[in-house]
Amino acid sequence: MDFLNAIVALSNFVIIPAVAYGSQLAIGALGVTLIYGILRFSNFAHGDTMAFGTMVVILFTWWFQSMGISIAPLPTALLALPFGILFTALLLVGTDRVVYRFYRRQKSVPVIYLIVSLGVMFILNGLVRFIIGPGDQRFADGARFLIKARDFKEMTGLKEGLAIKSSQGITVITAVIVVALLFWFLNKTRTGKSMRAFSDNEDLALLSGINPERVVLITWLIVAALATVAGTLYGLDKSFKPFTYFQLLLPIFASAIVGGLGSPIGAIAGGFVIAFSEVTITYAWKKVLTYLMPDALDPSGLVQLLATEYKFAVSFVILVIVLLFRPTGLFKGKAL
Amino acid sequence: MSDQTKTFSLFALVAVLIIGTGFVQSWNSALFILNMGLISAIMSLGVNLQWGIAGLLNVGVMGFVALGGLATVLISMKPDPEAWAAGGPSILLGLLIGAATIGASIFASRKIAKGWPRILGVLAILLFGFVLYRLTFIPAVKAVEAVNPATSGYLGGLGLPILIAWPVGGLLAAGAAWVIGKTALGLRSDYLAIATLGISEIIIAVLKNEDWMSRGVKNVIGIPRPLPYEIDLQNDPSFVERAANIGLDPTTASTLYVKIGYALLFTIVLIALLWLSQKALNSPWGRMMRAIRDNETAARAMGKNVTARHLQIFILGSAIVGIAGAMMTTLDAQLTPASYQPLRFTFLVWVMVIVGGSGNNLGAVLGGFIVWFLWVQVEPIGLWLMQVITAPLAEDNALRTHLIESAAHMRLLTMGLFLLIMLRFSPRGLLPEK
Repeated sequence: MDFLNAIVALSNFVIIPAVAYGSQLAIGALGVTLIYGILRFSNFAHGDTMAFGTMVVILFTWWFQSMGISIAPLPTALLALPFGILFTALLLVGTDRVVYRFYRRQKSVPVIYLIVSLGVMFILNGLVRFIIGPGDQRFADGARFLIKARDFKEMTGLKEGLAIKSSQGITVITAVIVVALLFWFLNKTRTGKSMRAFSDNEDLALLSGINPERVVLITWLIVAALATVAGTLYGLDKSFKPFTYFQLLLPIFASAIVGGLGSPIGAIAGGFVIAFSEVTITYAWKKVLTYLMPDALDPSGLVQLLATEYKFAVSFVILVIVLLFRPTGLFKGKAL
Repeated sequence: MSDQTKTFSLFALVAVLIIGTGFVQSWNSALFILNMGLISAIMSLGVNLQWGIAGLLNVGVMGFVALGGLATVLISMKPDPEAWAAGGPSILLGLLIGAATIGASIFASRKIAKGWPRILGVLAILLFGFVLYRLTFIPAVKAVEAVNPATSGYLGGLGLPILIAWPVGGLLAAGAAWVIGKTALGLRSDYLAIATLGISEIIIAVLKNEDWMSRGVKNVIGIPRPLPYEIDLQNDPSFVERAANIGLDPTTASTLYVKIGYALLFTIVLIALLWLSQKALNSPWGRMMRAIRDNETAARAMGKNVTARHLQIFILGSAIVGIAGAMMTTLDAQLTPASYQPLRFTFLVWVMVIVGGSGNNLGAVLGGFIVWFLWVQVEPIGLWLMQVITAPLAEDNALRTHLIESAAHMRLLTMGLFLLIMLRFSPRGLLPEK
């Protein structure tokens, strides 16, 4: 019985949150990795693009709520999601036309793009704060839980409860759909194949008549969708705050690099590696260990390896380890 | 217009802007802009060394600034004997154990042959060291933080004069830069950017949470000054008399005296660093650095150790930023870890370097002043603009109140636009590299 309780406690506090967080990171990292693969630069504005997309979703959610439109028990935000994607796509294609295209024609080195993306980051950050303010926004509605802790206890008779928030369920389901669609697109469609060709070898792709501007345009559209979805899922699961989204940049980049920059499979794997390490290292293991250990060995402290405030340190340390021992990432990205 | 007249007229413009602020707003705010402008100029000098001369992307300027700030606390605050008695030695021992563990695992990973024995051995050392570290460190931290938590709750510093903290701040930053450089240099340039972004977030997290060292979010206030306090000046009869002689009341005179004193100190540091940077830039070493930046492969073919040179200049640049950070905390006389914002400290310094002219030391200094001036003045201008734009709307119109309340965020927008416009139309900056 203790063993079962330990497993339930573990799933409740570690596995389920980490799977949800990992899915959010994975979708975010997919966006970074696609831009890296096609446009060949590290987009520092990605966190703020996610914030922008989420902001549009929140504004539409509020509007729908005020009109009484809802798809309960699902959160209204899902209904607003397509509008968020649309606006983010317009924004990204707009910035590409106004900002990035110039440097593409100049054939600038990647570092210049990176600095340009810092400028875009500044503008998006200011824009989001200007429109919705720097504060915390909660916009989740609909049913809060798929399984409530108390129901689970009554159902199984265990001492530990298992709660699954609906936002976590939605995150995982959406992530699976998004990733399946993306891979189908990249592997089966003509456009997707041309994107992969362009990413693998630009010169050969140009030679075989692939239109680079079209590839870039489609990349931005996909990235807009990915960024908005990732941001909205994260916001539904936790809450929306512009600065938090900026800070997500580090775990997202860590995920993309750990998996191998430019490799979509790698981005997904990296997302889960980072999320699981972050959650397990900052989790207080006392509860789980109390069930597993004999009574005499009960831990006295919280058995928390690292305070939650240091969760960035976890992604950073993993990043450093990967950089030291396998700079191309787990899935041999195109880095180095 | 020759280069020299251009440089001269742009710096004259900065002087006019600052003096103009003195006439239009107040001399106190003009001196505030001047002092922070001097510090910003030093920061951008450091980043210019890394980016402009060596082409290294440091996106963690904030962390090095914060380390400089930490140095002021560690050096100049009075030690707290009670806290030291409670757990000072154990904390030091714990840190030593932590460092020894990392050292031992690095040593082991170099000595043991590749394969499972190495992985297991290193893991065993890390695990054992970590447990030992926790056992000594955590109880000591709890004991220290329990000593007068409202007023102290930390170990304090060494009680040395604050000016010593400036070079020490540089040393701390250099140490952090060494660790980062060792791991991320020699790989793609983006990796350094991401690694520095990470380390700066971690440094801020440490400052916010390690209460025994920096009091965390409780802030350290009352950091000693290198200059007399206003109140002492006002009570000094000879000072009051001198103030009266130039027709100033003692309060204004004392604040101006202190601010001008800081301005002089900062100017000395800036001129010294600028002189050194110019010497370095025009030396064989500087030419080698630029050669490496312009064509790494060619430089490598000429037998230059590119990674080692990059590490060197990365450490130097970070040290300069650390010195500036220590100076800034000295000026504020308090360490507030929560005030370190990446947009303000990392990316704004980047705007300074790009706008001023990367690769040109004078340009970086100029950028520091101009961008800092804009950063300070954009807020009132934005507010004024919003009021003018929304004037036709009713006083309690929701849109109007929202726009006026959000005017503060105009700064980020303006800086981003400024950066993009410069990059597009004048990528070499106001004072281009020769």
